[in-house]
Amino acid sequence: MNKKQKKVLTRIIIAAVLMIAFSFLPVEGYTAFVLFMIPYLVIGYDILIKAGKGIKNHQVFDENFLMAVATVGAIALGDYREGVAVMLFYQIGELFQSYAVGKSRRNISDLMDIRPDYANIERDGEIEEVDPDEVEIGSIIVVKPGEKVPIDGVIIEGTTTLNTSALTGESVPRDASEGDEVISGCINMTGVLRIKTTKEFGESTVSKILDMVENASSRKSRSENFISKFAKYYTPAVCYGALALAVLPPVVRMIFMGLSPEWGDWIMRALTFLVISCPCALVISIPLSFFAGIGGASNAGVLVKGSNYLETLAGTKYVVFDKTGTMTQGVFEVTGVHHNTLPMDEILEYAALAESFSSHPISRSLQKAYGKAIDQSRVTDVQEVSGKGVIAKVDGRTVAAGNAKLMEMKGIPYQECHSVGTIVHLAVDGEYVGHILIADLLKPHAEEAIRALKAAGIRKTVMLTGDAKRVADKVAADLGIDEVYSELLPGDKVAMVEKLLSQKNEKEKLAFVGDGINDAPVLSRADIGIAMGAMGSDAAIEAADIVLMDDDPLKIAKAIRIARKCLRIVYENIYFAIGVKVICLILGALGIANMWVAIFADVGVMVIAVLNAIRTLYVKNL
Amino acid sequence: MKKTYKIDVDCANCANKMEEAANKTAGVKNAVVNFMTLKMNVEFEEGAAPKEVMQEVLKNCKKVEDDCEIFL
Repeated sequence: MNKKQKKVLTRIIIAAVLMIAFSFLPVEGYTAFVLFMIPYLVIGYDILIKAGKGIKNHQVFDENFLMAVATVGAIALGDYREGVAVMLFYQIGELFQSYAVGKSRRNISDLMDIRPDYANIERDGEIEEVDPDEVEIGSIIVVKPGEKVPIDGVIIEGTTTLNTSALTGESVPRDASEGDEVISGCINMTGVLRIKTTKEFGESTVSKILDMVENASSRKSRSENFISKFAKYYTPAVCYGALALAVLPPVVRMIFMGLSPEWGDWIMRALTFLVISCPCALVISIPLSFFAGIGGASNAGVLVKGSNYLETLAGTKYVVFDKTGTMTQGVFEVTGVHHNTLPMDEILEYAALAESFSSHPISRSLQKAYGKAIDQSRVTDVQEVSGKGVIAKVDGRTVAAGNAKLMEMKGIPYQECHSVGTIVHLAVDGEYVGHILIADLLKPHAEEAIRALKAAGIRKTVMLTGDAKRVADKVAADLGIDEVYSELLPGDKVAMVEKLLSQKNEKEKLAFVGDGINDAPVLSRADIGIAMGAMGSDAAIEAADIVLMDDDPLKIAKAIRIARKCLRIVYENIYFAIGVKVICLILGALGIANMWVAIFADVGVMVIAVLNAIRTLYVKNL
Repeated sequence: MKKTYKIDVDCANCANKMEEAANKTAGVKNAVVNFMTLKMNVEFEEGAAPKEVMQEVLKNCKKVEDDCEIFL
């Protein structure tokens, strides 16, 4: 609790004790009035002053005014105890609200506790702590075990295990050693690292993420805008309603029905109206829900750029994926050697050597599978056959490595492969020796991710890819994706998404999931763009509305569930608060609900709504 | 030009009022008040001097909500 809150708490305790004590005294009339004025002023003086200032500044209808009129009115009618109680409970409610909001502010900033306080820089052999802002690109920083990596860079010395959970929500630590890139915000767990920085602090991952999360709730959702508008009209409406309630019925009774006007009774009902009318419950709980939802999501490694995106995500019914880098790892690996007449090692050796002058991803994956250093002096007479492969002399033997077309060109009979992927056929001295299968591996959670999306009520999953039809169909079948469109150029993907957008119902949203590097136009065209693997990719952070910090597609379903929970709580609060208030207003007008019910309708509803809103923060088990 | 200011205000409705007041101030193109992070993002009109505009913004905010502060 801060100083302001402590002061209010003291006032609440003093006023409460005095009020209860005076209630037991056998006092009547003027003495009672004087006695009850003490706790009333102790608890309410600031409200009265604020109400006065509001009137002076032509801002009449605020909650201070409502409370001031309601309590002064109650006291004027002789209900001293009610007058003090209303003010007392109002202050308790305000205190609770400010405490709860402060607490969730802190909670969320703890969740995002990735801001490094300092960087260790090495100067003349001594380690010095400096502000990360002052470290220039290319400086050498030292990160000791237990410290956060303050700035993005490359390890130049040391090996360690990094804890990335604050960034990705992933609890399995990752190993890093010399030459590896590290991003800021990771916690160094075991060894001392010397890192050469590649970015300034302001451009580092950690700064970008913090900036994004802190500004996220500035993009307001439709529900938030609705509440702001609602509050603007609602308070004056209730005030005029209360005035009408105080004046009209007594006048009607007096003039048309010939009954006694009973002014006191109707004014009391009007005051009850005023107490119920305070819109605080709504105005505080809706932004709080979104704020907590965004905080909870970022703790799970899902960065949401604004409340409005959370709203859209909750209404997502169609999910469109990119293939490479999203559902697959985007790294090509040798997955098999078939129909080989030579030993596997030898086949890989010939292929790797023959392709050693190429920088194509295929040749890199061959070299990786071979696993030994390549001695290029063994390779001569390299002849690249465009679109087919390569022919070269390895240790004096003629090696042809390439696709089926190359074999046909050379008139070598070959074996078709039944597996899906890129096939490298190999012939040595004109004799077919087998083929190597190279494929992009599926991400470990890809299949589970599609199942989770289906379970979360996604109507249709679609995959778009530039890859060959056979490969795309196989991946889609393996994963259980409903529709697949292959051999698309980047422009075709935008057209495809536009077609899907036009086919669906306006209320059902379409999300596009891509790796953010070459999907930027599609990401921005979809109702909501989700980028994969922000680790290190600035393009992803820029283009997308939602960023999944690790590459795990399983997080898509989780993000949708978080968004749905958040929206559910938002609607619960809207319906609950407005519902209770309307019922109490009706009961109040009929004279059934008294001042105590009114206090519940105001403070009680607010407390419940705030507690409900805080639930959005807990997303672990979603 | 866009700038971000730290603010202090006690209730969400008051933050909404501040936002409205800031948006009505001359020289402000768009202002967004974020109650949860206690920040005000102000986008200024072309050629407006942020310092003077912010003085006006503060004055207008004080008018609608006495108990608020913008840390300029």
